[in-house]
Amino acid sequence: MEFHRRGTSTCVFKEMPVVVSAAAVVGPREGKGPLGDLFDMVYSNTLFGESSWEKAESKMLRQAVDLALAKAKLDETQVDFLIAGDLLNQIISSAYMAREYDIPFLGIYGACATISEGMGLGSMLIAGRFARQVVVASSSHHDAAERQFRYPTEFGHQRPPTGQWTATAAGAVVLGAKGKGPRVEAVTIGRVQDLGVVEPNDMGSAMAPGFADTVWRHLQDMGRKPEDYDLVVSGDLGRVGSLIGRQLLRDKGIVIDEIHQDAGVMLYDPSPEVGSGGSGCGCVASVFSGKLWKELYNKQYERILVVATGALHSPTSCQQGESIPCVAHAVSIVSEE
Amino acid sequence: MTKANIREQEAYSAFLEDFRPKRPTLRNIVVAFLTGGLICTAGQGVLSCILSRGMPEKQAYVLTSSIMVFAGAFLTGLGVYDKLGSFAGMGAALPITGFANSVVSPAMEYKHEGFVLGVGARMFQVAGPVIVYATLTATIVSIIKLYVF
Repeated sequence: MEFHRRGTSTCVFKEMPVVVSAAAVVGPREGKGPLGDLFDMVYSNTLFGESSWEKAESKMLRQAVDLALAKAKLDETQVDFLIAGDLLNQIISSAYMAREYDIPFLGIYGACATISEGMGLGSMLIAGRFARQVVVASSSHHDAAERQFRYPTEFGHQRPPTGQWTATAAGAVVLGAKGKGPRVEAVTIGRVQDLGVVEPNDMGSAMAPGFADTVWRHLQDMGRKPEDYDLVVSGDLGRVGSLIGRQLLRDKGIVIDEIHQDAGVMLYDPSPEVGSGGSGCGCVASVFSGKLWKELYNKQYERILVVATGALHSPTSCQQGESIPCVAHAVSIVSEE
Repeated sequence: MTKANIREQEAYSAFLEDFRPKRPTLRNIVVAFLTGGLICTAGQGVLSCILSRGMPEKQAYVLTSSIMVFAGAFLTGLGVYDKLGSFAGMGAALPITGFANSVVSPAMEYKHEGFVLGVGARMFQVAGPVIVYATLTATIVSIIKLYVF
């Protein structure tokens, strides 16, 4: 049997799965940000006409999946797997989204790294010929996450400059065995890293080692240099974590400063409220679906590396003073030749 | 990789020092002082107004607190107080309006979980520790006063 593995952690696809379509739906703050015009749909308030934040998140995720399917001109019967995750307890937003579709469902949790975890798994399912089309989606809702992880939304408190703002956003991509569009070339699944950071208001510091390790392993496994990529996008180290991640890589002799961007920084204009940048499952998912996918589709890049990073803490683990385990998964995507 | 050992954790923590932006402490203190002062001035204004209408002093204090609590709750309901809190920090949290905010905000948040297990159980999620330790401190101080002085 021939295996599609290279090095310590990378799956390389001989027949590359195609990212057939992608769609992003965001809330009002994200819509007013620098990428506002690129999103497929922007809601004018954070409840989206629903009675709770949780229902709103689920609606947003459903909307993203619907739009992605419509763009790919597929109906649900043609999709073999639906892979989704979000930030809420027991990934309930994804479960409510999935009950609306007649598609086999795989729920996953990787915090902000959910979308790259999903794209990795989806690509493997397609490359392994277990699926023709796979939908991957993830979402986060600022207010729903805030009340679960921190304080009630209307409670007045000051955020430290290292804090990150959970994005109200959802992204969905359709992966296919064939079709037109950018292709998933390789996926590097990260190992959990925990360097003892306990402060949930400083997730960038906690996630940076995971990011650096996964990027380093990816380049090692592929036998490449940073110059082989037009762009390395992390999601979501924020401003603070980006500087740390770049330095950690520099210590390993890898310089990505010129080509590195962070989804959490790209999504918002700087403000004290947003702090270090955006975060949440929807952040890098919407930046990829709204901006990067389109740019890849239009062949503005030859090859990019999307490295979504997840802080895998729970509200309970934080209250008990435990440190934050983090993971990062890298997806290398090339534009169609 | 498993969890880093203590030495690695300490080394990483030291490494992070250079990257962490400092909190703007001076700005925060000045803004908190001014905002807290303004809220208290408003409270004093309410009190003076009530006293000038001839209410006995003791009742006037209670009524002033009630009015300020209502104002805090009202502004929380309008979605204004969280922005004030984010701007002024302790300056908005410490006056009684901030206490109202800390009680009303979870009440609003958890109303979807019902009036008993939602609002009832969670209302003092933020303010609870304040009440617990204020009661405890008051008890200790009272005991000291009773036996020592």
